[in-house]
Amino acid sequence: MSFTPHFIRQCQALVGMDNVIADPARLRVYECDALSAYRQLPELVVLPETTEQVQAILQLCAAQQVPVVARGAGTGLAGGAMPVSGGIVLGLSKMQQILALDPLNRTATLQPGVRNLAISEAARAYGLYYAPDPSSQIACSIGGNIAENAGGVHCLKYGLTVHNVLQIKLVTMDGTLLTLGGSGLDSPGYDLLALAIGSEGLLGVVVEISVRLLPLQPVTQVLLAAFSSIEQAGAAVAAIIADGLLPAGLELMDNAAIRATEAFVNAGYPLEAAAIVLCELDGLAEQVSADMQRLQALLQAHQASEIRIASDASQRQRFWAGRKSAFPAVGRIASDYYCMDGTIPRKHLASVLQQISAMADRFQLQVVNVFHAGDGNLHPLILYDGSQAGDFAKAEALGAEILELCVAVGGTITGEHGVGIEKLGQMCVQFQAAELQQFLRLKRAFDPQGLLNPGKAIPTPHRCAELGRMHVHHGQLPHPQLERF
Amino acid sequence: MSAQDLSLPLQQQIIDAVNNQRPLRIIGGNSKDFYGGACTAEDTLLTSAHCGVIDYQPSELVITARSGTSLAAINQLLAEQRQMLAFEPPHFGPGATLGGTIACGLSGPRRAFAGSARDFVLGCKIINGNGEILSFGGQVMKNVAGFDVSRLMTGALGTLGLLLEISLRVLPMPETELTLAYPLSTDSALQQMLTLAQKPWPLSAMAYDGQYLRIRLSGAETAVLAAARQLGGDIDGEGDQFWLQLREQQLGYFQHSGDLWRLSLAPAARLPALDPHCLIDWGGALRWLKTDTAAASIHDSIGACGGHALCFKGTGPNRSLRLAPALQAIQQQLRLAFDPQRIFNPGRLPF
Ligand SMILES: Cc1cc2nc3c(=O)[nH]c(=O)nc-3n(C[C@H](O)[C@H](O)[C@H](O)COP(=O)(O)OP(=O)(O)OC[C@H]3O[C@@H](n4cnc5c(N)ncnc54)[C@H](O)[C@@H]3O)c2cc1C
Repeated sequence: MSFTPHFIRQCQALVGMDNVIADPARLRVYECDALSAYRQLPELVVLPETTEQVQAILQLCAAQQVPVVARGAGTGLAGGAMPVSGGIVLGLSKMQQILALDPLNRTATLQPGVRNLAISEAARAYGLYYAPDPSSQIACSIGGNIAENAGGVHCLKYGLTVHNVLQIKLVTMDGTLLTLGGSGLDSPGYDLLALAIGSEGLLGVVVEISVRLLPLQPVTQVLLAAFSSIEQAGAAVAAIIADGLLPAGLELMDNAAIRATEAFVNAGYPLEAAAIVLCELDGLAEQVSADMQRLQALLQAHQASEIRIASDASQRQRFWAGRKSAFPAVGRIASDYYCMDGTIPRKHLASVLQQISAMADRFQLQVVNVFHAGDGNLHPLILYDGSQAGDFAKAEALGAEILELCVAVGGTITGEHGVGIEKLGQMCVQFQAAELQQFLRLKRAFDPQGLLNPGKAIPTPHRCAELGRMHVHHGQLPHPQLERF
Repeated sequence: MSAQDLSLPLQQQIIDAVNNQRPLRIIGGNSKDFYGGACTAEDTLLTSAHCGVIDYQPSELVITARSGTSLAAINQLLAEQRQMLAFEPPHFGPGATLGGTIACGLSGPRRAFAGSARDFVLGCKIINGNGEILSFGGQVMKNVAGFDVSRLMTGALGTLGLLLEISLRVLPMPETELTLAYPLSTDSALQQMLTLAQKPWPLSAMAYDGQYLRIRLSGAETAVLAAARQLGGDIDGEGDQFWLQLREQQLGYFQHSGDLWRLSLAPAARLPALDPHCLIDWGGALRWLKTDTAAASIHDSIGACGGHALCFKGTGPNRSLRLAPALQAIQQQLRLAFDPQRIFNPGRLPF
């Protein structure tokens, strides 16, 4: 289907000529998010500048049954912002203003297109910052962060997006503007704020956000510990948490990741180590020094082969530089990589990493591990060559096995990147048909016509059958008496 | 109560209730029956025998227990490992269960600094109004697969389904806690709370009872003592008792006559007419008000500063909350999405 000139004119009348893109060359930019293996050229992109325009466009689309895919900065890693056929892309990039910064209440009120990092940059003048810091923070938008419940290196201590938002304004598909949350810490009735966060653009379009800001900590220290086996590193991570320490960040990189980043940014990592653990502590000087003593004792007891503490801010930045540039660094050693996002109970870290490595051998693919170890959030990067026929399919198959392993050990298929278009098959593994049906009924309460980001995040049980995947609970298929439709 | 899994009999009871069109009133420990609107169902569903901790591994910082498990038992189990429910939930009675705690979604003084009940919920197993047993979320810290139904269940007062099992994130207990007290006027106390919150002090509670601003410091002993030295003020030796009585609403303030209102609003918001009569918690973000003032006028003044008022314990009918009509409509739809026959707790959350 393509849009009638009349429909395009209606959109132009609502948001202005310049804010409607129908020219195929300019549409190309919007054909995928950061998961570029999945693409769909959109037929129309609309870029509203105000909340009223968002409401009007959604009303128009609802009246004409046109699907809508919201898009922030397009850094998503699950194909969530990928256009759908017959629909428009609603880009929020023109709504980029910081509407208010309130140091007394420690809040910032933002339009959805504000970049994540811009919030902390603006708050710094008041000694405040916004804690959730996805590695993509220079580019990703706060609206996209809300839609994905984004996490970051510091969410072990300071929480995910959902823990740091006070209020959002959400436009539902019929154009209604809802205010969820409030100026305080909670609101009566159902917690629609928590529900909307992480809903991947399926329930409404986020047009305004109030986030909570935190005071900057006076002292930060970063420690690097090297290990001669990845199992030891995994065990050390589990021990740190078990001991009651709550580091601001606790990350793990395997040897392949160490080598790739070292070649890229020269962070000074020990090249021979099988794994390194990066641990950040923050707080009052006395707190950091007490925690640092405990941390060092624990790491020694867990056979760290080397422990380094960053002596100053610049060395601290160098320690982190390697971690933060890990994805692009891996991008240099392989023509393509495919990033997984499963989360597992920490006690299984060592064994799951071992199994992933065995699986990779079986698929004859290389996997690089660099991840949020403190919360058990794995990011295996599967290296492949997109120019070789069948190589991506192989990477996808390995990825699927890895995520299913995460579910099998009591974890989940996605910790922070979302399901999008990518993990629909694994949703069928993680959830039973009745649970998927419940999700779909919930979705209909907000969007009865199913026009917002259709075909993403929640598969229908029918789709699961098509994908050849079914939730298997304790080895039993649900409803064994039924034919597999 | 000895641990047992009554999921299947509870499921049967719900299926029967649906078939016979007999709504159910869900009862845990019956400690918070006053809260959230009067339930009109005649038949009861009791959860307290469906109890027991299913999984608790201190090193994972996660506990999973059946909804009928007593809150006191959970607190004790955690305390043995020097861990805690960091949202400091109120009990309001010896029988409080985990299910009731999460269904009410209430949090105590630590909430403004550590997070709320819903912030710590990682996953749950429920029975919806079709009698289906469903699991959402899990036992891991980060999980964005599917809609966040577990957090939606928190504070839903059982109107979206019966909670069977809940997984919660737990935190290590602070090594040391210390309460400082300052005699201040309401205005200066509110001002001081804002000033303190702008700096990274190791705070874990801040409240004002009309006479004293009390602040609680938590962390490593050296850090707490250093902060206390810099902040000055008197150490309140009875501090622990104060926070407990605040959490359980046992302070003298709560014994005054009138309805008890709960005002959730920006910490810097000033309510010149009401503040002098309020008990202030959460560093200013939560204010308790004992009053006979008309509901509409309270809703108006709190609404004007972007906050929400709720009649927490009161006598008037249907005055407890005010929602924008569009919000009310979507909440009704959501309720039907989980409980199409309106079997669970009719009358609670009046929509
Ligand atoms: C190098 C790299 C590193 C990354 N590191 C992290 C990380 O550490 N942690 C992490 O959590 N993620 C990470 N990501 C993933 C990604 O950056 C996040 O998911 C981010 O939140 C997406 O924001 P965005 O603005 O780019 O959203 P988009 O990609 O544009 O959209 C993402 C989803 O949100 C929806 N959406 C966007 N805006 C709105 C809105 N206003 N209203 C409703 N729905 C909306 C879209 O429909 C889509 O489903 C990384 C990505 C890259 C490329």
